[in-house]
Amino acid sequence: MAFAAFGHSGGSKSDFKTPRKTSVKVAMALLIPGMLYLGLFFITPLVSLVVTSLEVPDGSGEIGRYAYGFEISNYWTVIETYWPHIARSFFYALMATILGLLISYPLAYFIGVKARRWPILQGLMLTLVIAPFFISFLLRTFAWKQMFANESLIVTTLQSWGVLAPDQYLVGTDFMVIFGLTYNFIPFMTLPLYTSLERLDIRLLEAGSDLYANPAKVFARVTLPLSMPGIISGTLMTFIPIAGDYVNASSQFLGSSETAMIGNVVEANFLRINDYPSASALSVLLMAAILALVTFYVRRSGTEDLL
Amino acid sequence: MTKPLPQDPMMLELIKQARRHQMTRRAALAGAGATAAAVALAACAPGGDTQLTPATDVSDSEKTLVWHNWSLYMDEVETDGAVTYPTLEKFTAETGIEVEYKIEIEDNDTYYGKVKDQLAQGADIGADVACPTEWMAARWVNNGYVQKMDAANIPNKKNIAPAYMGAAFDPERDYTVPYQGILAGITYNKAAFKEATGKDAPASLEDLWDPSLKGRVGVLSEMRDTIGLILLANGIDIADANSLTEDAFMNAIDFFAGKVSEGQIARIKGNSYSEDLENGDTIAAIAWSGDTVQLNLSAGTEKYGFFIPDSGTTISADLFTVPMGATHKKNVEELINFYYDPANAAMLAAWVNYVTPVVGAKEEAMKIDPALAENQLIFPSEDFLKNAHGFRSLTGKEELSFTKAFQEVLLGA
Repeated sequence: MAFAAFGHSGGSKSDFKTPRKTSVKVAMALLIPGMLYLGLFFITPLVSLVVTSLEVPDGSGEIGRYAYGFEISNYWTVIETYWPHIARSFFYALMATILGLLISYPLAYFIGVKARRWPILQGLMLTLVIAPFFISFLLRTFAWKQMFANESLIVTTLQSWGVLAPDQYLVGTDFMVIFGLTYNFIPFMTLPLYTSLERLDIRLLEAGSDLYANPAKVFARVTLPLSMPGIISGTLMTFIPIAGDYVNASSQFLGSSETAMIGNVVEANFLRINDYPSASALSVLLMAAILALVTFYVRRSGTEDLL
Repeated sequence: MTKPLPQDPMMLELIKQARRHQMTRRAALAGAGATAAAVALAACAPGGDTQLTPATDVSDSEKTLVWHNWSLYMDEVETDGAVTYPTLEKFTAETGIEVEYKIEIEDNDTYYGKVKDQLAQGADIGADVACPTEWMAARWVNNGYVQKMDAANIPNKKNIAPAYMGAAFDPERDYTVPYQGILAGITYNKAAFKEATGKDAPASLEDLWDPSLKGRVGVLSEMRDTIGLILLANGIDIADANSLTEDAFMNAIDFFAGKVSEGQIARIKGNSYSEDLENGDTIAAIAWSGDTVQLNLSAGTEKYGFFIPDSGTTISADLFTVPMGATHKKNVEELINFYYDPANAAMLAAWVNYVTPVVGAKEEAMKIDPALAENQLIFPSEDFLKNAHGFRSLTGKEELSFTKAFQEVLLGA
């Protein structure tokens, strides 16, 4: 298209300049809605968040009253108070991402490579991966809570086998929360993996085995590196939202007071204690920590081109 | 980031243009930042110091009002999927005022989170009348967020039960009028409780800490009820500032935290605690009186019992309040007057099963259903009420430190 425009404008330099300037203006004009959107709904709240995170109590002694200030120590206070929750959030996110990868990789491999000969099966399996999205996220999580309830068949069976003590239950444990997080984010892991495995050229695998590599070696040297883009985007798309999730770990769903994550701490500070500076400082910290982790991860895996 | 630039001259020129414009873009971002700061400033500028004034009352020309209330808190009739409210229909027939009844309050804190900015500015919160719980209403009154009601328009106000008068923040009930009273206590699954502990019913709060109930006990996430019951069991008078000191409160918090960390208490919830009783996760829970009746109704049998410890329980109320930005105050006053008519109060009580704050409603209830009138949880006798205590009002500082201590237990470490 650009070449065609070039061709039309003829050889003369002055002729060529006018349409080019207009296109630049058009391009800039087209950017305005996007920039406005970002400014209004991203930059504005972000600035407001940072400003709030630095506020100080206004001296009235009433709950929820804060005034403008520059209280950097808000950040130290929340780290000091809530470091176990911060650590727990990243631990859960890491566990759920690893588990999700272990479950999704074979699944995506089967759909994207093994099932190529049967397009109908492929389509059916992809639909099944996406199917949970047809039901609300909250309802699905709530259903797990009912299935693992204290009087449920699963729990009573595990208790009779001696896996769980008679006064031990599942809901409210680390296991249950990681289970819920893994389950809820598996489609976000499977789909990117599928898109990169689907393009995998089988002839490369054949070439590998022709060169006397055993299947494990072919996987390690050919399949895995080629599916790396899928692994990177899949892990990012699960790790980031999981670290900030507060539904699974909430005591309304699969968690208890032993499993609170950063999201739950933010909720409690914002809604219950009305401590807006602490809630904002925690949100900023979470954002900064994720940004730092992701930057490090992407740099290390040498896939800047993906972003 | 050293990608070769595209060969196409037009694209190349665009990229160069964009690079030259980088400074301008940064300036634009800075501009956006400044706007954001201004917006943030504007949003918070009218702090607590400015005196709010009531919005102009247009009740005489507009016969409508909007009411924000809690779920299961109004007599409902469902016909073909459409829900109607008989007492509200009666009100409309008598006064010509149309009521838009909205179930908006799920929890005092979340509701406050939703409307606090409008309240602080004296703007319309979308309701002419809302019914927060006493302690939240006290915050609104102390902050000057609600309008003073005109007693002349509410002649039936004389029917307020004496127990509800004399609150520190509003002794004459000029700003707030009770809608329903709320008693806390212990709701238990009769069969499961007997199986676990060998007892027919709990005899005291102590029975919740029986080792056989480990992991099967629930409490309310409402601080004043859960800690209130523990304080009362410790012999503290929760209505008295000399008895309920910071030390006494923190002792109760320590006790509570111990029960949570050793796993005795497994569920800490708001209104949704009933789900845990229904699916059997909890066997006994600190709960609200009215819900037990509803639970038994949906179970079809008298599966659950409700028990008030001898050491005492907490009583509170949800209160009618008219926010500063409401424009139909007079209509609301007529509404309150309507519900303080004993006959209407009895009609409502027959459905919601909470404590009725209206004197004379018991006699009216006797005409509808004598069993209803005998129910101590709806029409408590003087003797019964001796056991129920209101949590004293807290100073701003106390509210902050108490709430913080309580929430820290809920979040664990």
